[in-house]
Amino acid sequence: MATTERTGEQRAWPTLAVPSPTPSITVPSTDNPDILEINLGPNHPSTHGVLRLVVNLDGEIVVGLRNELGYVHTGIEKNIEQKTYWKAITYVPRMDYLSFFSGEVAFCMAVEKLLELEVPRRAEYLRVIFQELTRLHSHLIFLGTGSVDLGGIALLFYCFRDRDYVLDLFEMVTGQRMHPRYGQVGGVAEDIPRGFDRKARQTIAYLRGRIDEYEDLIGQNPIWRQRTVGVGVMPPEFAIQMAQSGPNVRASGIPWDLRTANGGYGAYRELDYQPVLGRNGDVFDRFWVRVQEMRASLDLIEKCLDGLPEGPYISDDRKVVLPPRHELHTSMESLIHHFKIVTEGYRVPPGEVYAPIESARGEFGFYMISDGSAKPWRARLRPPSFVTLSSLAALATGHYLADLIAILASIDPVMGDCDR
Amino acid sequence: MPEPIRAISQPTWGDPDLEALERLTAALGEGGVLTHKVDRDELTIVVAPERWIDAALHLRDAEGYDFLSDVVTADWLDYGGDVAGYWGTEAFGGRDMNRSGSWGNAAVPKPLGDKRFSVSCHLLKLMTVEPGEYRRLRIQTWLDDGEELPTLIPLYPSADYHEREAWDMMGIRFAGHPNLVRILLPDYWEGHPHRKDSPVGGEPVQFSDEV
Repeated sequence: MATTERTGEQRAWPTLAVPSPTPSITVPSTDNPDILEINLGPNHPSTHGVLRLVVNLDGEIVVGLRNELGYVHTGIEKNIEQKTYWKAITYVPRMDYLSFFSGEVAFCMAVEKLLELEVPRRAEYLRVIFQELTRLHSHLIFLGTGSVDLGGIALLFYCFRDRDYVLDLFEMVTGQRMHPRYGQVGGVAEDIPRGFDRKARQTIAYLRGRIDEYEDLIGQNPIWRQRTVGVGVMPPEFAIQMAQSGPNVRASGIPWDLRTANGGYGAYRELDYQPVLGRNGDVFDRFWVRVQEMRASLDLIEKCLDGLPEGPYISDDRKVVLPPRHELHTSMESLIHHFKIVTEGYRVPPGEVYAPIESARGEFGFYMISDGSAKPWRARLRPPSFVTLSSLAALATGHYLADLIAILASIDPVMGDCDR
Repeated sequence: MPEPIRAISQPTWGDPDLEALERLTAALGEGGVLTHKVDRDELTIVVAPERWIDAALHLRDAEGYDFLSDVVTADWLDYGGDVAGYWGTEAFGGRDMNRSGSWGNAAVPKPLGDKRFSVSCHLLKLMTVEPGEYRRLRIQTWLDDGEELPTLIPLYPSADYHEREAWDMMGIRFAGHPNLVRILLPDYWEGHPHRKDSPVGGEPVQFSDEV
């Protein structure tokens, strides 16, 4: 069992003021003609997608920073308004493509809130299993690509190999590796197949050992510690002012986790879970918190497998839920319901809701307005990466350009989530 | 023996903070808080657009709502219509599922405001309370096309990107925003695509000879 020490004692928080007048932009304070303006991106391996950073450099020090977003904006929210609720679920995992299943759950929960639909307990547990698997998937990719940004090539290959074992579990249940469309309004689309329990436990046991090794690989590495400890510190006041959420605020010691806030949601209400907290809010702690969260995810999946209740995996409200497949061959009514739900959809009562969940990168929720037709009047995602990137300029200014790469990797933005 | 189906457990907003609503109504005085609604555990407070900053300032300083999670906008152009009735009846426009309608015989509820756009903020009590007692509420204001709203950046710096997106997608101007330019779409884009009168499809394809 690895016992990585954290960055030692709590250090005093530095002061980090929100840039003025624009909180997301820093500008050089002098008009030194030697200050260079360079573009990082839009196509740069360190930007994890298509993000363009306009950096002002004084020597190697970042003195000004501006983000240019929108390179992968595809209008998914507008598209959702044109689709029935049933069809729109397919779009949602394409937003945050690394924690894809969180998107499906967030969307389904918003619709269920509008419908005031009851979800069976088994479905809640299955949702937690796959939300945690998708969190593992996202954090593994974060760890791999983040370590490449800091010069550790080996971890990328290890993490991508292990991510494939996580995706194998998705494939076993849904037939798809990414974007499984497993979430369904009222529950999940399929029950888990025979043998899933055994395979999941094997994967958990395997990943436990692996995560210990990865933690040693980064936590005990003096070069890694030199690059990360004390870099890009996000003080708690700053994190609250800039509305950060997810592992980034937990690295700063704020116990803000929607899985436990007010008792949590879904099956998290019945699972004993404590948020993983960092101490110093620097790049090291942001990596450390995510590594610990992977462990916590494995524990949660194991608890869910142990306590998985029997019963239906989806609600039995035939007005919104597809009938079981086997009934289609014998029941005319079921065939009609199936046809109508897929083609013209179902009506959702009018209302205005916002249902946030904890995705791998923070508060992730749909604001949805229904006018009583079969399509949402308005669907708006609260994008955690979008909010996270607005703090990048303040975090990186004053650091070396190489540290900017480390900070960007550590706040873990996904551009599909940011630009939507 | 299957276990009983349990009632839905949504991500909770905490109990609706009606005390804060009362104090906000008193603080803003006549014409400040226009109406409110508690629906599915969510508290929505509608304030007059000219009292937008005052309402946010009161909620932040006096009530401890220290976290602005999101600024969301919606275009309510032709929302609802005047149809009501059971599905499939003549008054309801036949069986057209694309038309607005309610469940049962009630009319579709009117929106909380009578103007075209709604701008809402989701505010959260985070650091001022114990973990487990978070409260969330939505303050909302209504605008017509061309009307401005003061920016929330001096109170909540995280409003920066959200207000830029609201301008980009919905065309709502925030007075005093230091950098109110398009954020997701290119600068030369015409129109605001999340408006209901913005067409779907048919726009010219970029980087092709058709432009």
